[in-house]
Amino acid sequence: MSLVVPEIRRSWVAGVNPLAKLVVALLVGVTLVLSIDVVSAGVVVAVVVLLLPFAGLSARQLALRTAPILVSAVLAGIATALYGVDAGSVLLRLGPVTVTEGSLVLAAAILLRVLAVGVPAVLLFATTDPTDLADALAQLARLPARFVLGALAALRLVGLLLEDWEALGLARRARGVADRGRIRRFLVQAGTLLVFAVRRGGKLATAMEARGFGGTRRRSWARRSVLRVRDVVFMVVGAAVVAGAVAAALLLGTWRWVL
Amino acid sequence: MSPAARVTARGWGWRHGDRPRPAVAGLDLDLVPGERTLLLGASGAGKSTLLAGLAGVLGDAEDGDRSGELLVDGLDPAAARGRVGLVLQDPDGQTVLARVGDEVAFGCENLGLPREEIWRRVGEALAAVGLDVPLDHPTSELSGGQKQRLAIASVLAMRPGLLLLDEPTANLDPEGVAEVRDAVGRLVAARETTLVVVEHRVETWVDLVDRVVVLEPGGGVRADGTPDAVLGERGAELAAAGIWVPGHHPVVPRGERPDAAPELLHGSRLAVGRRRFGERTPRVAASGLDVVVRAGRTTAVLGPNGAGKSTLGLTLAGLLAPVSGEVTALPELAAGLGAAPLRWRSRELVARIGTIFQDPEHQFLRGTVREELEVGPRALGRPASEIVASRDRLAERLRLTALLDANPFTLSGGEKRRLSVAAVLATAPRVLVADEPSFGQDALTWAELVRLLDELVSRGTALVTVTHDLELVDALADDRLVLTGSTEREAVR
Repeated sequence: MSLVVPEIRRSWVAGVNPLAKLVVALLVGVTLVLSIDVVSAGVVVAVVVLLLPFAGLSARQLALRTAPILVSAVLAGIATALYGVDAGSVLLRLGPVTVTEGSLVLAAAILLRVLAVGVPAVLLFATTDPTDLADALAQLARLPARFVLGALAALRLVGLLLEDWEALGLARRARGVADRGRIRRFLVQAGTLLVFAVRRGGKLATAMEARGFGGTRRRSWARRSVLRVRDVVFMVVGAAVVAGAVAAALLLGTWRWVL
Repeated sequence: MSPAARVTARGWGWRHGDRPRPAVAGLDLDLVPGERTLLLGASGAGKSTLLAGLAGVLGDAEDGDRSGELLVDGLDPAAARGRVGLVLQDPDGQTVLARVGDEVAFGCENLGLPREEIWRRVGEALAAVGLDVPLDHPTSELSGGQKQRLAIASVLAMRPGLLLLDEPTANLDPEGVAEVRDAVGRLVAARETTLVVVEHRVETWVDLVDRVVVLEPGGGVRADGTPDAVLGERGAELAAAGIWVPGHHPVVPRGERPDAAPELLHGSRLAVGRRRFGERTPRVAASGLDVVVRAGRTTAVLGPNGAGKSTLGLTLAGLLAPVSGEVTALPELAAGLGAAPLRWRSRELVARIGTIFQDPEHQFLRGTVREELEVGPRALGRPASEIVASRDRLAERLRLTALLDANPFTLSGGEKRRLSVAAVLATAPRVLVADEPSFGQDALTWAELVRLLDELVSRGTALVTVTHDLELVDALADDRLVLTGSTEREAVR
């Protein structure tokens, strides 16, 4: 189940507390949607690229996981270049489509922005064990244990449901009903999978309850999630990079409020 | 160690919210601390309901109606959480976390124990069940027997006074069964835990228990006493009620096999496996397999959990592509189609090769048992009169007539199994691939099922069955194919 429950390799980034990584990823995301410009996003992308060697991901893993972000960044960039607000000299005209200097700059800003928001999020999940994230969310961020552990347990069901989906498809073929109505069959099978999800969830909930989960007693935690010096440094550096990116954009006059 | 728990039931009963009749009614029972009890009863006698009641997970008035009193150490079980540990049948359905150590720690965390105490108990519990893997070992990569021992360790770490095992070995291969049995034997040796086991196969536990209690369907206790007293003196009577009593197992005489056994299906130099989600290449589960499927003969595919038995079955059934090698249908079976069953259309396949899936729920397509039995014949465009006739005949034969209007998903485990078998037989395929066809049956329905399969083979059906049930193998198998779990295999004729 390599994609569902990723194997986390030991690395500097993997050793940072998941909450610290989450905070930085959120900070980057929230700040960068405020403006569309090349400089602020470019600074963040440059720093993220510097961080990549410390994430412990193989080239293949990195390519697979960032592929959706890369593709969407390029597509968004192309669309902006063709249809974005025109300014400056016209570089290319094809009927209603014009590419100008202005729309090219905008395209670059969009492309970098998608990368700057997307790649840190990918890094967060590629270097974080879900159990550790749950520990951090419950113990440090004080989210309710019921919610956090419920979500964590549900993640385990994903693998089982993938197997269910395969078996349901094979069984339909074996029962003689898989020749026609592809779309309808897909919808019905999806409905059946939902039934399986509810039933498996119910059984797991019973098993958890039988082991004292959800009782009135105050829960303890076998694994301690703490913010160490490294985690604080990571957050401070992350915040500094974001602040630096904004400052650079403001100084160079490229900052453009979205709203 | 906390002292063993006492169980008291006085006129206790429970009716599930959506059922007209109670699952358990008027039950009086006393278990003294440290006692080890094997709980028996025909299908539907309320064994699992009683265990769920003792574990305090039946729910509240919204989920059903309670009557009488059921107490653990004088307390309502729901208030005695942590005193009672429950282990269920399905090893996959009860694992909560991704790593072995965390899984065992989960219950202790819920009890609010200090961290050092938790890890001390985790180590002890894993040692007690003999599970010698690193604490960060992935729970998904354990064998069936290991998963069940993990489940036992997980409740053991909570130091329950009452340990409840609900068919803990039903899904396991013989080796896994022995692992779990031995682990439980060590745990209860000191009599510091009261034990209640529910299991169809009495042999596994009979030497380990002090007492056998047989529940009566509809309510109350049918028999209660030492194993010798209950199984020895009343063995014949209990066996007649469907209970698997050692020495009274059903015997199904083997029908005459047809002289001619034309070959229908070949698997040559097969490697079988599945491609998991997100992976580029399939994982090979078994390789180097040569299989010949002949009309009027039964091939039993045997071997430990994870040896690739089910994958081989699905590959022979024309559902999965082999990783290498070929599955070839001979003209006798193909009847005008190409030689690769995998390329046949769904309707062409169902007329030739029927597949009974490991999990019956995967193959249910309709909202009632009646419609479920009509799916195959309808897909083949059989005339209505024939559809009805085959439906009623199969329902009668497999004791499903009273359930024709029920939703397949609401049936008991044993009933689901029989329905899945009947639904596949409805199209009378020449080749039948059956994955654990006898799962969850009591002695009566087991005998009926085996008799039916034997008749089919005697009349020329080719049966390939994947199973751990050695009595089924003895009753039916002509050829045995033993997968060893590595990529080796031995074929025994």
